[in-house]
Amino acid sequence: MNQLNLDHASAAVEFNKDEPRVDWHDETLWFVRTKRDRAAAQLPEWEQLREAASQIKNHVLSNMHDLLAQFEENAKRNGITVHWAENADEHNAIIHKLIQDAGVTRMVKSKSMLTEECHLNDYLTRHGIDVIDSDLGERIVQMRKEPPSHIVLPAIHLKKSDVGETFHEHLGTEKGATDPQYLTEAARQHLRDTFLTRKVALTGVNFAIAETGGFVVCTNEGNADMGAHLADVHIAAMGFEKIIPRAEHLGVFLRLLARSATGQPITTFSSHFHRPRPGQQMHIVIVDNGRSRQLGRPDFRNSLKCIRCAACLNTCPVYRRSGGHSYHSAIAGPIGSILAPNLDMKLNADLPFASTLCGSCSNVCPVKIDIHDQLYKWRQVLMKEGYGPGSKTAAMKAMATVLESPGLYRMAGKIGRGVLRFTPVLAENRFNPWYNQREMPEPPAESFRDWYINNKKA
Amino acid sequence: MKVGLFIPCYIDQFYTKVAIATLKLLQNVGCQVDYPLQQTCCGQPMANSGYEHLTGGCNENFVRNFAGYDYIVSPSGSCTLHIKHHLHASNESEASAIRSRIYELTEFLTDVVKVSSLKATFPYRVGLHQSCHGQRGLHLSQMSELMAPPFSKPAQLLNLVDGLDLVQLDRRDECCGFGGTFCVTEEAVSAKMGKDRVADHLRHGVNYITGVDVSCLMHLEGILKRANSAVQVKHIAEILTATV
Repeated sequence: MNQLNLDHASAAVEFNKDEPRVDWHDETLWFVRTKRDRAAAQLPEWEQLREAASQIKNHVLSNMHDLLAQFEENAKRNGITVHWAENADEHNAIIHKLIQDAGVTRMVKSKSMLTEECHLNDYLTRHGIDVIDSDLGERIVQMRKEPPSHIVLPAIHLKKSDVGETFHEHLGTEKGATDPQYLTEAARQHLRDTFLTRKVALTGVNFAIAETGGFVVCTNEGNADMGAHLADVHIAAMGFEKIIPRAEHLGVFLRLLARSATGQPITTFSSHFHRPRPGQQMHIVIVDNGRSRQLGRPDFRNSLKCIRCAACLNTCPVYRRSGGHSYHSAIAGPIGSILAPNLDMKLNADLPFASTLCGSCSNVCPVKIDIHDQLYKWRQVLMKEGYGPGSKTAAMKAMATVLESPGLYRMAGKIGRGVLRFTPVLAENRFNPWYNQREMPEPPAESFRDWYINNKKA
Repeated sequence: MKVGLFIPCYIDQFYTKVAIATLKLLQNVGCQVDYPLQQTCCGQPMANSGYEHLTGGCNENFVRNFAGYDYIVSPSGSCTLHIKHHLHASNESEASAIRSRIYELTEFLTDVVKVSSLKATFPYRVGLHQSCHGQRGLHLSQMSELMAPPFSKPAQLLNLVDGLDLVQLDRRDECCGFGGTFCVTEEAVSAKMGKDRVADHLRHGVNYITGVDVSCLMHLEGILKRANSAVQVKHIAEILTATV
């Protein structure tokens, strides 16, 4: 099933063709949501932590230039080389050049949603560089030539049996194997060899600290550390919004991140990198790729507060029942749906509509992004800019004409009720998406207004 | 206390009994209720579809109908929320007054009228569907995502009904998937969400599913009927006025 070339609604139709699988996907992610709830409930100061994180990030958004300049200065003083990339192409080219300069054609990479956003793997592969993703989930989807379907759990759309098949094909494990221990061990042996032989390692960045020039990478597998410590060249790639002012702010963000993401009190590894070890090179690539533009949109700037915990994906009833690939964007789910239109309005015009605006996303967000309000606002922007189908615009105009006129409204209501009562076939047919899995309401003979006039004014 | 009754368009047309129950309920608790006859729609169907710029006519009509009331009350969390957040008109001072005076029915009863008893009997097992716009938009109940003490305005009222057995659901405030035009534009996900909500209620052996928004209930009703279920939906106003 390839959902990636379809709009969200069509991709969701594909995903829902296997209902037991949808149930499993929903329940798996709901379980993560409930773990998050339990972890959050254990901290009496949970809501204050969210508020503090939100305020710190607001401060960051309003002082972006100064904080980045401070970070660069301190990082350079520490012996880190800082690179600036305006867009994905520049980001990819910088990393390619660093690999070339190291005289190698192979690289190991830990999880980085930024490199997914920039399609780094494709770029490097096209240029003859062999990239191995070292995060287990990322490695699985990489073998399958799929993008990750979730920020934190890249292979959450796959079952054990799917992984067994993939490993059988790529790692030579026994056919039909589904034991997680066995499969993980196979991946571990395979990756260990990779770690030992790669001279260049790329990691993401969870937090870059302006006052120290250092950065923090959070993983549960230790794969970022393994790659970075064994490599001669460590490249860290970050979107510029990853900056925080001070190291003490980690006490807020690290407590929120893992609890929001998986319900753990903290990620297994929270690795602090400040300077290259003797003989090692350390590079940081700081990427804009549309972030300045988003920062300049008053309604949408605070989407840049995101710390990529994926709590909004786990709680989203639509995400859980449509799968990450239905969002055809590096970042899926509610947060992806407010980030993606900034990158390409035309391509992503469907995403803000892949929501019921239930608001659960905004409530779980550890940095208090008003995600569902932004979904609503993106809808307005996209339709005003003409990214809606002409038929929809025409239908909406007609609807507005009827609903703003009491006379037309009453006439349309009467006709509508009449149709449903006397010729239901006009509504109860396969061209009516409502009727596909639901019965129509049974219309009464009189509207409330009719009843009111007859009963109250008589 | 002069109350203007706002009956959302689809309730006016398709759920007359819900509007009648709302009117009776408000009168039962001593409100002087008036139903402005030229009202239509809050404009939400266009706005949520990305066409808020086409809702000017609905807004003007709404203000014409509801100017001057002490309170405007509606049996819908969703439409109430829309007015609260998005009503603007040429007479902006009146629009602003309406935004601050509009209440969803249950919050009006608990917060303004401060109802402490009801003459209602409904001896059934009832599941409460927490519609999202009332829940997360109007804060009718404590939201499951936030860490704070529990409360629920609709449940507070349901607990005043004789014989009513309010069940606890596995997912107490998950969206049902109605979502306005979402229910047809994203039919696959919408229907699946509705089926899953219904299943939660059925697992807990309810006789009725109730809620503060008929739109969600209409969606759940459509799914129940397709499955030939004996379980029925009732708007909370119907239960709060029920006599058996």
